[in-house]
Amino acid sequence: MSKSTRSYRPRPARAIGATLTLGLPGLFLLLFVAVPLGIVLVSAFFKRGRIGGFKPEFTLGNFAELARPVYAQVLGSSLLMSVTVTLICMVIAYAAVWAMRTLTPRGRIVALVAVLIPFWTSFLIRAYAWMLLLGDAGTINGALQMFGVIETPLRMLYSPEAVILVLVYLYLPLMILPLAASAEGLDHSLGDAARNLGASPWRSFRTVDLPLTLPGALTGAVLVFVPSMSNFVVPDLIGGGRVLLIGNVIQDQFLVARNWPLGSVLALVLLLLLVLLLMAQSMVIKRIQGGGK
Amino acid sequence: MSAVSAGRVRGRILSRIALALLYVFLYVPIIVVIAMSFNSGRSVLRWEGFSLDWYVKAFSPGPLMSGLQVTLIVAFASTAIAVVLGTMLAIGVYRYTRGPLARSLATLPAFIPDILLGIGILSMFGVVKFAIGMHSVILAHASFEIAIVAAVLLARLGSMDRSLEEASTNLGASGAMTFLRVVLPQLAPAIVAGAALGFTLSLDEFLMAFFTTSTNSQTLPIQIYSMVRFGVTPEVNALAAVMFVVSLGAVLLAQRIIMPLMFRRKP
Amino acid sequence: MRRSGIVRLSAATAVAALALTACSSGGSDELDPNADISEQTLTISTWPEYYSPTLAKDFEAATGVKLNIVHHATNEEGFAKVTSSADSGIDIVFLAGNFISVLVEEDLAAEIDQSAVPNLENLYPEVREFAFDPDLKHNVPYAWGTTGLCYREDLVSETPDSWADLLEPAPEAVGKTTLMDDMRWTFIPAQRFLGYSINTTDESELDEVGTMLKSAAKQSLAFDNTTYGEKLIAGEAVLSHGHDGWCNMAASEDPRVSFAMPKEGSDLWVDGMVLLKSSKNREAAHAFMNYILETENQTWLVENLLYNVPNRAAMESLPDELFEKYPALIRDGASLAKMEQIEDVGDAIDIYNRINTEIRAG
Repeated sequence: MSKSTRSYRPRPARAIGATLTLGLPGLFLLLFVAVPLGIVLVSAFFKRGRIGGFKPEFTLGNFAELARPVYAQVLGSSLLMSVTVTLICMVIAYAAVWAMRTLTPRGRIVALVAVLIPFWTSFLIRAYAWMLLLGDAGTINGALQMFGVIETPLRMLYSPEAVILVLVYLYLPLMILPLAASAEGLDHSLGDAARNLGASPWRSFRTVDLPLTLPGALTGAVLVFVPSMSNFVVPDLIGGGRVLLIGNVIQDQFLVARNWPLGSVLALVLLLLLVLLLMAQSMVIKRIQGGGK
Repeated sequence: MSAVSAGRVRGRILSRIALALLYVFLYVPIIVVIAMSFNSGRSVLRWEGFSLDWYVKAFSPGPLMSGLQVTLIVAFASTAIAVVLGTMLAIGVYRYTRGPLARSLATLPAFIPDILLGIGILSMFGVVKFAIGMHSVILAHASFEIAIVAAVLLARLGSMDRSLEEASTNLGASGAMTFLRVVLPQLAPAIVAGAALGFTLSLDEFLMAFFTTSTNSQTLPIQIYSMVRFGVTPEVNALAAVMFVVSLGAVLLAQRIIMPLMFRRKP
Repeated sequence: MRRSGIVRLSAATAVAALALTACSSGGSDELDPNADISEQTLTISTWPEYYSPTLAKDFEAATGVKLNIVHHATNEEGFAKVTSSADSGIDIVFLAGNFISVLVEEDLAAEIDQSAVPNLENLYPEVREFAFDPDLKHNVPYAWGTTGLCYREDLVSETPDSWADLLEPAPEAVGKTTLMDDMRWTFIPAQRFLGYSINTTDESELDEVGTMLKSAAKQSLAFDNTTYGEKLIAGEAVLSHGHDGWCNMAASEDPRVSFAMPKEGSDLWVDGMVLLKSSKNREAAHAFMNYILETENQTWLVENLLYNVPNRAAMESLPDELFEKYPALIRDGASLAKMEQIEDVGDAIDIYNRINTEIRAG
């Protein structure tokens, strides 16, 4: 009796349970995740169809197309832009989380919720708000002109800087929250001890706080980097079509040029980059945690 | 001693300034949009008088309202699918698999860039020549929501006390009974959290719906996108203001419920 | 038990799939003379604000047919909507000629029963000679026109008269020009300036065009197909490549906005209505196309949206003052019809696409 209760239920029941709980969701994910991704992967090796879709004729031409300098250029500038956005978010998030430490626990929660509230308003509307703010005839230029700071409006919209600013705005909460969560567990006495022992605030931050919060920051980095990289709405609305990210090019292949196979190739490159990033992230985290203990 | 406290005070002031700047950055765009929703003119600069016309316009039948309807249907339907399948998946993975592979696979869809999953599902419907529409958006949204529900549940299952379950089985309860009476109640908060998260993400999902929807079932984000591409659209301001107030209300309500629970034990 | 359920389910989906394919490929082009069109509901996809705001109501009052209007922002989007699945639910799609010819080639456009559209009589005879659809077999023209330079009279030192003014802007216009966002139209200024066909498929010509547009893009404000009028009125832009009709609209709001035809020439665009083969509301669709061509419905379009229409009866019934006020309105249909049209370029679209990416990547 005692032996049989150890394993939860007899074997056949276990098999039925596994089939029931794993089978149905597995089937769904197979149909609506694995098969679609498989089609994207396979179509990368096919010729394009005239009006979209693809013809089942094998070709490596889509990968050859990738060799054109323009795609490397777009990938490079997308990477640069997403990395910039991620780094800016990280700096702001560290400053914010550091500032929140002076609050009471209850105050910290209120402060964090206040970071999240704008995030719950539609992403598109938050991007659109910046069109109102940054335009030549927008709120910021209007205010500056009213107070006589400038005479002619500053050109702010339709630039890479504006795209970076808006991406930072959109995804900042995704950096602050994981960072705050990892900082919450910090033992303040460690940092205090370091400072009492004469370490400069920067040194105590670098040697004590940074390693302990880095996993949170890296989680945030992935959460910010991934959507920045594949975004096409912000470059479109805020960049005026003159800022091109890899997401725009992929979208163009599917909806404008109707070259699905090329779009698939580019999407796979994007996926590969993100997988590499995730692997690097988990390696860094392992190293820190391994070194910490 | 006094030097330390002066530093403390300075740090405190600095941090308050930093926080103030952060919230200015986060809230000014939204405040501008809300303020402009009451402007009778189309200009974002000149105040041309107070008016609620844009609210009337935003909430009368039209693309925004039909978009809202589609978005709500999609969010409810996809969340329903995701809760059932995501819960099954999490329990299945937790019970019947070993090692991190199954767990990673189960939560993977949440990490796939939505543009990739969107075009994949569009391609698949194209290959089998099925019409796309509301059903394809629902399935697309459910595919990543399942992973989100499963991820939340797996985190909860990992920290769950198994002794209750063992006690129940030891006392002769059947597997189904144990699940219904013991496991499910413990999982309930996590299921609600996962559902809420999936629902919110579905409401705001743009890329996936952009690729997988047909003209007749455009979600709200798509309608907003096509409107703002045509320039300043004050009725979007009005809708934004309402959405902001609703989400603020939801948060405050949640706070009233959660905060006392979290701080109950504190003096 | 479970297994048989799954079998049944998959059998059902297979049948559904077959049924869908059958719908899309089968069906006759014949109209049913006994069909009660008021039982039909018509769905059209067109550009936003490209029709009378009371169109649905008026059409239902006139014919009893319920009209459902959905939008696409660009030709590509409209095209993608009706081609990416077997039945998009759209009966009539409004598209430019170069997209219509592809729909015809792909056998997605139904033949028009011209006897059911007697108002075709109202059109200029030239519209029957267009290469994208000779004899109006598969489309009914809705509007036509050209693109040119839309500018602020008070903010440019000289009246623009050449595409060069857009490609190499004068100092006061640097950073204040907009190029068209629609890929094929993005290319027009440089193609015309260099004297190439706007349908060229020669890669070296296109590379030259691309280099020129790259530098034009660097000195521009944005790529914009839809809001350049607002940008001109706000003074954000001073010179735009724009449609005649939209430029007229901006001019009607702000008299400082004006339209100029570059001396190198431009293009003729034709937007037509295409009935899709997948439509199950053919009778109502024909009634709709005929309704649109009625003189007063087309004059509404000219008077209110300031677009040219290929409808001679409508253009001739309009007062002369309108044409004096808006030089981009052209009553002489024959002269407009002589201009080169954007045509589908087949596989060369990949060259356009690659160069388009290069232009935007800067």
